[in-house]
Amino acid sequence: MTEPLLSIHHISKTFPMARNFRDVVTRSPRQTLRALRDVSLTVRPGEVVGVVGESGCGKSTLGRCIAGLETPEHGDMLWQGAPISAGENRRTRARHIQMVFQDPYASLNPRMTLGQTLEEVLRVHGLAGDAARRRERVDELMLMVGLAPALKERLPHTISGGQRQRICIARALAAEPQLIVADEPVSALDASVQAQIINLLEDLRAKLNIALIFIAHDLNVVRHISDRVAVMYLGEIVETAAAEALFTRPLHPYTRGLLAAIPIPDPKRRTSVPSVEGEIPDPLSPPIGCGFSTRCSHVIHPCRVRHPDLHQTGEHGVRCLNPAATRPFADPGSVYPATGNQ
Amino acid sequence: MKLLSQETVRRFKQNRNLQVGLFLLAVIVLTSLFGPSLVPYDPEELDFGNPLLAPTLQHPFGTDDLGRDVLARVVAAGQVDMQVVAVCVLLPFLIGSTIGLVSGYFGGWIDRVIMRFVDILWAFPFYVLVISIVGALGPSTTNIYLAFSLVVWISFARIVRGEVLLARRLEYTLAASVLGYSHARIMLRHILPNVITPAIVFMMADVVLTILGVTSLGFLGLGIQPPTPEWGVMIADGRNFIQDGWWISLFPGLAIVLVGLTFTLIGDGLDDLLRPKA
Repeated sequence: MTEPLLSIHHISKTFPMARNFRDVVTRSPRQTLRALRDVSLTVRPGEVVGVVGESGCGKSTLGRCIAGLETPEHGDMLWQGAPISAGENRRTRARHIQMVFQDPYASLNPRMTLGQTLEEVLRVHGLAGDAARRRERVDELMLMVGLAPALKERLPHTISGGQRQRICIARALAAEPQLIVADEPVSALDASVQAQIINLLEDLRAKLNIALIFIAHDLNVVRHISDRVAVMYLGEIVETAAAEALFTRPLHPYTRGLLAAIPIPDPKRRTSVPSVEGEIPDPLSPPIGCGFSTRCSHVIHPCRVRHPDLHQTGEHGVRCLNPAATRPFADPGSVYPATGNQ
Repeated sequence: MKLLSQETVRRFKQNRNLQVGLFLLAVIVLTSLFGPSLVPYDPEELDFGNPLLAPTLQHPFGTDDLGRDVLARVVAAGQVDMQVVAVCVLLPFLIGSTIGLVSGYFGGWIDRVIMRFVDILWAFPFYVLVISIVGALGPSTTNIYLAFSLVVWISFARIVRGEVLLARRLEYTLAASVLGYSHARIMLRHILPNVITPAIVFMMADVVLTILGVTSLGFLGLGIQPPTPEWGVMIADGRNFIQDGWWISLFPGLAIVLVGLTFTLIGDGLDDLLRPKA
């Protein structure tokens, strides 16, 4: 096992909620939303870690903490063993970790040409030497993400969503990072374009050995691209394992529910596992015991009173008092060809 | 940065408001620049032999009670008023936009302190503040600049701050932050160009307010002091002769209307032209 590139230990992030007039008058304490609760994660060089969960589970907050857009209150983040702290030089961090955002329509400055957007990264970080070398490097970056260098004179509103997302990836690559946080990079794109962007990310990983934190809610995509997957629920990681292990032998009832909810393109096949029902509990007042106990079909009494720890067996960790290890699970399959199962 | 894309040119060609507004602005600017040398009368020269002459070919706008040529005075006053208005609009625009940008970008206590101060100033009617500042400091051009700068910047600060609060959450700003760009670069290169449009449009409306404000001060005797010709002062002077010499007040009044109309058209036109496309 190689030394981890990034390791996160028990980070927590809370957001204070605004108090309205009644709260102030009645002197009720300020409510806080715990977006991340005691999250630990490691990323090894060149590894793709998928992070999945419903909206509001904290997966984006995790990505933003890693990229430095948010500062966790507790816990440590180590970059190649050395702590990265809040006040650390943003320029240094930018050379290690980059980010690709969800909405390609909002993530490019509408008043800068594509070439200017890329060139700015090189100039700010003093990469690629003089102006002529920078121009060459911009062409190179555009080719790398499959765009014609002739497009560099264009403004963002004249190109398609897929092309914009490619430019966003090129912009991230321009800083020569070792880790890219991709926050739902394909959710806003058409299905055919999604596949192209996924393939591009895979190619780049293979060529440049860049590690990827891939945040998504589309489990098929995550299964296809990830080496390891972390499932988040209500601000915590409830299960983490190698991708194939997680998809073929899920232990947490929530993971099973999520997998069962994947639409199967074959009408003859049906799964017996019920998908998750109900709503996520109010994150302002999460359940005392297991966060999932309000929706879990395998709930036992201790679940409602005791908060489970992440129980690690080898690479496979699960946060459950009544893990479904013994119950059979039929892999609902994947629209992408999966290997070594069924 | 491409300022004039084909799209912009196309939109300009359809934009009648902006075309007419810019044409009128050109007329006003050229008149202010070259008018004084074309009119054969000195705006301050008294001619007691020819008081209150009705408009004729010799004196197209007539003469006032002291025999001064009204056309020469309207044109000369245009120069004075346009200069004062330009400063009274540009200074608050610069001050207010900068403060709004910093306040919105950094947020936190800086924002809270600045915005509470803005709220306090906002509570006073515009004219009350301007008149009391000029009244306290004494009427002079510098004090007029000062009064308008102190009062009007809050409008620009509020507009820009609101836009910055939105732009700060947009992903291109977040990307710039993740890319390790300095705060100055993010503010000036990535946020400012995308938030300044509403402030520029408001600036045009502010010209209209300011021309009324400056001439009102003149009318009240708190603005530009006689004998320097100034539209507000001229209207005030003509009041006493409104029955025998309506032209003394009418023409400076029309000049104010023309400036107001011009900048209203430009403001509307710019709003259409600069509205960001999806």
